[in-house]
Amino acid sequence: MAQVGYSKKVMEHFMNPRNVGVIENPDGYGKVGNPVCGDLMEIFIKVKDDKIDDIKFRTFGCGSAIAVSSMVTEMAKGKPLDEAMKITRKDVADELEGLPPQKMHCSNLGADALHAAIKNYWVKIGKIKPEEAKPEGEEGEACSTE
Amino acid sequence: MCGIYLDYQSAMPVDTRVLEFAERYLTKEFGNPSALHSVGLAAKSAVEEARRKVAELINAPDPSNIIFTGSATEANNLAIRGTAQRNAAKGKKVLASAIEHISVINAMKDLQKGGFQLTLVPVDSAGIIDLAVLENQLSKDTTVTSVMYANSEIGTIEPIKEISQMVHDKGMFLHVDAVAAQGRIPIDVQKDGIDLLTISSNDMYGPQGAGALYVNPKVKLQPTLLGGGQEKGLRPSTENLFAIAGMGEAARLAKLEMDQESDRLRPIRDSLIKEILKIDEAYLTGHTTIRLPHHASFRFSRIEGESILLTMDAMFNIQVSTGSACSSRTLEPSHVLLAIGLKHEQAHGSMVTTLGKYNNQGEISVIAKAVSQTVQRLRALSPL
Repeated sequence: MAQVGYSKKVMEHFMNPRNVGVIENPDGYGKVGNPVCGDLMEIFIKVKDDKIDDIKFRTFGCGSAIAVSSMVTEMAKGKPLDEAMKITRKDVADELEGLPPQKMHCSNLGADALHAAIKNYWVKIGKIKPEEAKPEGEEGEACSTE
Repeated sequence: MCGIYLDYQSAMPVDTRVLEFAERYLTKEFGNPSALHSVGLAAKSAVEEARRKVAELINAPDPSNIIFTGSATEANNLAIRGTAQRNAAKGKKVLASAIEHISVINAMKDLQKGGFQLTLVPVDSAGIIDLAVLENQLSKDTTVTSVMYANSEIGTIEPIKEISQMVHDKGMFLHVDAVAAQGRIPIDVQKDGIDLLTISSNDMYGPQGAGALYVNPKVKLQPTLLGGGQEKGLRPSTENLFAIAGMGEAARLAKLEMDQESDRLRPIRDSLIKEILKIDEAYLTGHTTIRLPHHASFRFSRIEGESILLTMDAMFNIQVSTGSACSSRTLEPSHVLLAIGLKHEQAHGSMVTTLGKYNNQGEISVIAKAVSQTVQRLRALSPL
């Protein structure tokens, strides 16, 4: 049977989001999405020994956008940066026991925000050049549903 | 905990009196109205009784003016495509307000693909149609003009009498989608000068699965479905006897009880608006006074409507609606909210509440508190 509405896991994260808030003077900061499209996420990270020591987010958006942000911070917390960079949108959706098809794109920007925050940190420490920290492909797109 | 349902515009419970009345047509008096034996004739009588009751609700001159359909969407399609196509020799222009229901807009866009010229007439920031533009756009070859009686998302009531005057002076026929207004405010197709009028059963506590189109005999239509001769050939299909009989009874009760019920709901709705507007950066959408008596719609800055809907439901067991893009199948923000001039990011923060017979004044403080806490919770999560 096709799933009706959001999974229990999505609702659980939506109702009790983890790691909400702001980190003052973060080591890395990433912001993706666009309020015009109905979704905007920002992620703050603190790095220690090349691992994500602390992570916080704030999100404007629908239920899945908030659940995705919460989930990606939970998945990334404590992980080495290289590993956290490998977390994909699909990983986040799978961990949430799936997202409705029309939400897979627009409301699934958590991994992109995380990657943006990590790259922002890498630029700061000189590991990559600023031009390499450009937002990932789909971020710049209009509010498409594909 | 018992919930508070505030989404009467999207679905209503069937009135128990309606159910009691119509149940027999599912089990005992189940005949096919086209059959000539006594069981069929009894069914035919039930359909004709329903037709009379629906005609009385909207003051149609004769019950034969009513064509039963399967839904309001179908009635809108029949009215627009049926009239435009049948009268194509007289003109190929069609008009609609920019805030029509999607079943009107999509029917018109389909005509456009077939060579008709479509103009969407803008509305002002309160949702009232721009009469000057309408007048300018109307011409003798405008066969169908479609303007809703009132809008379901923002509650605004349109000046139908003036519109009908204009349409009849300069164009041909006026179609009115009355789904949001029916059973809430009196509708009189003769006084209002309406040529085609759509209503639905479930929007007045009748069962789902029936709609109706009032057709002034001067309007010639062609059917959108082809089949047997039911409903004067305009809507062939074996009649949905239960839904049609239920719709008739719902129409009878609506005519009897509408004024009293609207007078009861209006002050409750007013206090809801008053309480919600105490919230920081909360705004009413639609007209402040020229609006349906049960309707209260809002937008909140910096938060998103689907999150509002989900929080209200999961945390407070209160059911509301939203015009936010995220809750729609297409992910497009509501065309109604964009038409009243809201920016995309403003349209995303919409919440629509519609009251019905099971709401009461005692609920208002509970609702207001829940909305306030919901807005607070989501703003704390929001980077905006």
